[in-house]
This record gives sequence, structure tokens and C-alpha cells, in this order.
Amino acid sequence: MGRKLLTEHINVEGIDTFEVYRKHGGYRSVEKALKTMTPDEVVEEVKKSGLRGRGGAGFPTGLKWSFLAKPEGVPRHLVCNADESEPGTFKDRQLMSKLPHLLIEGMITSSYALGANTSYIYIRGELLYVLRILEKAISEAYANGFLGKNILGSGYDLDLHVHPGGGAYICGEETALLESLEGKRGNPRNKPPFPAVQGLYARPTVVNNVESIAAVVPIINDGGDEYAKLGVGKSTGTKLFSACGHLNKPGIYEIELGVPVEEFIYSDEYCGGIWKGRELKAVVAGGSSVPILPKELILKTAAGEDRLMTYESLSDGGFVTGTMLGSGGFIAMDETTCIVRNTWSFSRFYHHESCGQCSPCREGTGWMEKVLHRLEHGHGHMEDIDLLVSVAKQIEGNTICPLGEAAAWPVAAAVRHFRDEFEWHVTHAKEAARPGAVYPGKAVLA
Amino acid sequence: MAKITFDGIEIEIPDGTTIMNAARTVGGSIVPPAMCYYTPLKGSGGKCRACLVKVTAGSTKDPRPMPKLVPSCITSVQDGMVVENTVNQQVLDVRKGIVEMLLINHPLDCPVCDQAGECDLQNFAFEHGVSTTRYTEERRTFDKIDIGPLIQLHMTRCILCYRCVYTANQIAGDRVHGVLGRGDAAEIGTYIENIIDQDFSGNVIDVCPVGALTDKTWRFKQRVWFTKPVNAHRDCPKCSGNVLLWYKGKDVLRVTARKDEYGEVKEWICNECRFEKKETSDWTIEGPAHIDRSSVISANHYELPVLNHSVVADLPESTQRELEKNPPLKLGS
Repeated sequence: MGRKLLTEHINVEGIDTFEVYRKHGGYRSVEKALKTMTPDEVVEEVKKSGLRGRGGAGFPTGLKWSFLAKPEGVPRHLVCNADESEPGTFKDRQLMSKLPHLLIEGMITSSYALGANTSYIYIRGELLYVLRILEKAISEAYANGFLGKNILGSGYDLDLHVHPGGGAYICGEETALLESLEGKRGNPRNKPPFPAVQGLYARPTVVNNVESIAAVVPIINDGGDEYAKLGVGKSTGTKLFSACGHLNKPGIYEIELGVPVEEFIYSDEYCGGIWKGRELKAVVAGGSSVPILPKELILKTAAGEDRLMTYESLSDGGFVTGTMLGSGGFIAMDETTCIVRNTWSFSRFYHHESCGQCSPCREGTGWMEKVLHRLEHGHGHMEDIDLLVSVAKQIEGNTICPLGEAAAWPVAAAVRHFRDEFEWHVTHAKEAARPGAVYPGKAVLA
Repeated sequence: MAKITFDGIEIEIPDGTTIMNAARTVGGSIVPPAMCYYTPLKGSGGKCRACLVKVTAGSTKDPRPMPKLVPSCITSVQDGMVVENTVNQQVLDVRKGIVEMLLINHPLDCPVCDQAGECDLQNFAFEHGVSTTRYTEERRTFDKIDIGPLIQLHMTRCILCYRCVYTANQIAGDRVHGVLGRGDAAEIGTYIENIIDQDFSGNVIDVCPVGALTDKTWRFKQRVWFTKPVNAHRDCPKCSGNVLLWYKGKDVLRVTARKDEYGEVKEWICNECRFEKKETSDWTIEGPAHIDRSSVISANHYELPVLNHSVVADLPESTQRELEKNPPLKLGS
């Protein structure tokens, strides 16, 4: 198994306490940054590391930091996006509940780099027990002088707050998160202005994913160049994947980016193959909002090369034959999975979670869900399949925030790659509507 | 000043103006439709996506096209920007899609809706929509909510433009209503069952682009195209007192604020002017209001007498006789 940067000590007894964490090399990055580096040097180090945002979009973190506006006399903020609610993604929860001090350490170092004196962790409302773990860890950090006034005698002050959301998926969108943090309804804002210019309380703000902030710790400890040696091309470092679905060993794996998808699914080191000796049918590689890919396309790219677990390789071929790395929610489906039902399930989620602010998403997500429900329950028509594609196209790109796209992509991709299965749901409506009905495959039907 | 090209027309406009307002200085059919944007309301816009336009060149400094369509109501102009609206097929296709989206859950009860004839959604759908629907599912409906004796809230018709929320925030003060719920279950509501009766709360009726918020003193009295708007004013201690009186014969059926050609209120009026002053004698009449030829309201003709005889003393004899024979009716009698 490759090198682990974040989860190396995750199973150590008592690692969630300050003493044990410190004994295992914790808070070294804070000492190093505050005592020997200027904030700009920390940013430079993160830039060198090539770290890309782990929340889904994969935007280079160092670049994002360098965009932060720095007007004189205006406070800046760092906000950690811990509102992890994408179906299939559960890496941040584990990281926070097992290694709360890693996140806090990353928050201190990152806040120092950005010149933020008040930072926030916005945590998903359902994760109240994690909130308690974090609050306990924060009070320990305060008690040991790593938070509060004059940290380690460097003259740098930082206050860290944890704020629970109300349990809305949309509040994981950065501007909706900021609205929610300000105590308003979690509606995404129109951009521009971007948070880097006008974010929390109209001040310059950086919003980063939990894993991105945690990754700053090894970057500062070992140096950005060292971090950049891991991984392939522009996908540097390690990444947490939360593998779930029909796998022998579902769970959270920290892998060096660049492991072949085939190895990740079938090797005993990772997921250990498909359960019950069944065949793999399809994979959603980066959380429910990225396009689904059938087995042939997830293991090999359209050009016949091995697909690797990297940002570039997974998106090879665009959306026609590729997908996205997203947030690392790796959902594997075996041959008994009904793609129509699965798509309906995803669609139902987005219908429920749309904030209702802009019209294409508000109306379109509900429409797609209803059409998919009809198809799945044996009341569909052939035109419905094209209707789905058309509605998805009407939503995509025309909404305020990316939730519209997140709702449209899985539907469009499911129809693109599994059209015959959708058609079977129309031609064999009665059969398909039975609970547990599975598309027998083109070969059997012919 | 910034120079932009909008649909091939060169416009010079101060920096910071939005694309929409730049287009409005030219006027006519090139102006993108606005369902949620409302100039007097801070923060409005960007929600309905009806005004999406294509920016084919960002600015002189950075002439790259913008990757997505941008909402023209909140996107500021840059010097050298090239914008395509009516000449871009993608924009028109998307707009068609937006009409469809706005209509799938709209009850289309125009025949019994008080807004019909002056409804932004009607105009938008007429100009940009298609005449058939692909939506066969059940439409979303809401129970009517009682929000007081003056304003009727009918959520089923709402397109969630948020204009009334901003009005309540910025004009009426002491906000008691907002958006509850999310997705297509989101609704305008007064949590919990509050009554809206602030001094300027009646303005939410004027800003509503559809018939979701209507005037209870006017509901079902008359179709708008059978009434005639007349400019009038009164000395009001609370507001400017500049209003439009909507006459049917001699009766003032409705009082609204004056709007410009884009349906935006010029001066907010208070509830007293709107709901209580429904006698011609309460007002100084200025004369018939200008109605656009394309509006359904201009289809009818003005009828005498609409003049206020207490103000205009020397009425023609025939008019005076007519007045004696048919004295103006008191509202509700």
C-alpha cells in the first residue's frame, strides 16, 4: 500500500486527544509555519505542492489562496467546508471524527497563511457527534496555546469556531455556506463577486474542503516539492476515497493519486473486488453528481488506456466517455443493479435538495424525478427518454450554482450509457416495474 | 464610461451599469426579459434566468468569451464587451427552456387570474415560449394562506422571484414574510400565519410579476383591460401620493403605483392611498396615463366622465347632466 499522509495514525488509540496526537508529530506544521515561515512562504509552499481542492471541483488550492483580496484594515476569513453531504462521499466525517486535531492543525496553518484571525468550520448538521469531538479538540488546542492570542509567542492570534448547519446539501456550495454561516437562508449567491473578494460578512474569504485543509499539514511538514512527488502529473499527493456499493471491502482508502481504477476495485489491498463474486456493471467515481460510467469505460479510457485514479485520467474523454474525480465518493454497482432505479434515486435526492432559488433547477429537478419515477414504475413512454436528456440540458449551465449541473449530469450520463436499459423499461414495462427486476442485457433479449 | 456592443448596437454607458440596463437605454425588442430583476430593489435579480445572454467577448483587456450564459440583470458591463441576445440562437433556445420551466408548475388559470393582461409571465411566455407543453405530471399546488385583510397570497401561481421579499425588507420595513421550504416546495410565507399590514406592504402587489399577490379590494372586480388608468395625485403625508387610478366607468376600482415601461414602480405608495382612497374626490386628476399600444389595456377606449368634477369646475354641460343622472357610485354600495 502506498504512502499515507493524512490517515497514517488514524487507528492509534486516543489519537483524538491532544497529548497522543502531539506525541505522533502533531502540530509540527504550526510550529514550523509560525516560527520559521512568513504567510506568503506558506502559500508558496502550497502552490508548489500542486494540491487541488478535494471538495469536488479540483481547483488548485494555492491558486485559490493567492486570489484572496487583501484590502488594508479589512479582516479576512478562512472557512472550512465540512458540510459533506454528497451521496457516496463520507471521507471528511471519518477524518474529523478520528483525527480532529489534524483538521485544527491545518486550520491554524492555513489561517496563518491567509492572515485570517477568525476562522470557521461549517459542519453538516447531522454530524452533531463530530461537532462535539471537534469542540473538545478545539478547547484542548486553546488550553495548549495553539489557539487564542499570541500563538506560540509568534504574535499571531486565531479564534476557531465550529458552526453546525441545518442539514441542507445546498449549504455545501460555498456561497450558500457563507449565507448560512451569516445566519441567513442557505441560498447560493450570484457570482461575481467571488468569496475571495466578498465572502463571509462581505469580507475576503477562502472556503476549503476538510481534506484540502488537512493536506496542508503534510505539505508544510515535508515541503511542497516532496508532496508534489506523489501522484501523477497535475494530480499530486494522496486522496481519500470513500468506496461504497457492491464491493467486498467498502471503506475509506487513502491512496496515492495514480492507482489504476482496476487495481482499486479488484486488488485485495483496496476494495477486494465485487461482492458475492458478481460482475461489475457501472461505477460512479466521484460522488453522486458526476456522470456514471459502465464497466468498460471506467476500467479503460475510450482510447484503450488504463484509467487511473487521477483528476485527468477520470475526466479523459470529456463527458462523452469520461467522468470526474469529484469528491472521491466511489460507488460501485454490480450486475443486479437497475440503472433506472438508481438514477431515479439520485434524482430524487437533487429534487429534495434544490434550494428553489433559480427556476431551471427548482422546476427541472422535480420534473426529471417524476419522469424517472414513471419510467421505473412501468408507466413510461419512449419520448420520456429524450425528454430526460432535454430537461437535463435545459438545466445544465443555466443555474446560479453547480447543483443544477450536479442534478443534470447523472441523468444525462445514465441515458447516454444505458439507453437500452431505459428502453427496456418502456418495452417491458410490467416486468421492469417488479421489485428487484434487473435488465437482462442486450444479448439475452436478442 | 464603457463601450459595449449589444446585438450589434454600440452603447456607451457608465462603468458598473448592468448589461440589462445598458440594453434598456436603447429600448425596444432587444431588451432581455426580466422576471425577477427589479431596479429599485437592492439584491434582486439572477434568479429566474430569463435574461441570460451570451457574452462573446468579455472586455478589451480580456476578449475571451464567457463560458456560460450570464444573467444580464446582474452582470456589469466591461469596456469592449460584446453581448448577444436576440441574435444568438443558444440564448433563444435557453429562454424557451426557461419559459417551459416556469410554466410547468404554474396553474395557467389566466382566465380567472386578476393579473391577466398585465402579467409579466404571460408576456414572457407569449414572446418566448412554445404553445405546447411536454409536462404531463401533476402540477404543484398550495393551499391559500391568509396574510391579512388587504393582500391575497396565492402561492400556486408564484414563480419565486423574491421581489416581494426584497420589497418587504427594503420598503415596508419590519419584515414578516420570507421564503419557507426549499426546492419546488419553497413558498412565500409569513411564519407563522402573521398578517402583513405595514404601511408600505401593499407594494408587494405591484412588484409581483404574476398573480400570486393580489389586492383583496380589487380581486375579481374587473378584468384589467376593461379598466382605464388615469394619473392622479393627492397630498399624502406618508408617500409621494402619485398614483394610477384604474377606472371602470366612474368607479375607481383600483389604485396602484405608477410604473415605467419595464413594469417597475417609479414611486412607492402607501397602503392608505392604495386601499382606502377609492373615491374620485380623494384625488387630483392629472389625465389619462400612457398605455403602450401593444398592451391589451389599450384595446379599450376611455369613457367619460372620468374627470373629477370637484377639481375641474367648468365641465361641459352635457357632462354635468350625465353626472347628475349617474352619480359616481361609492365603492361597496
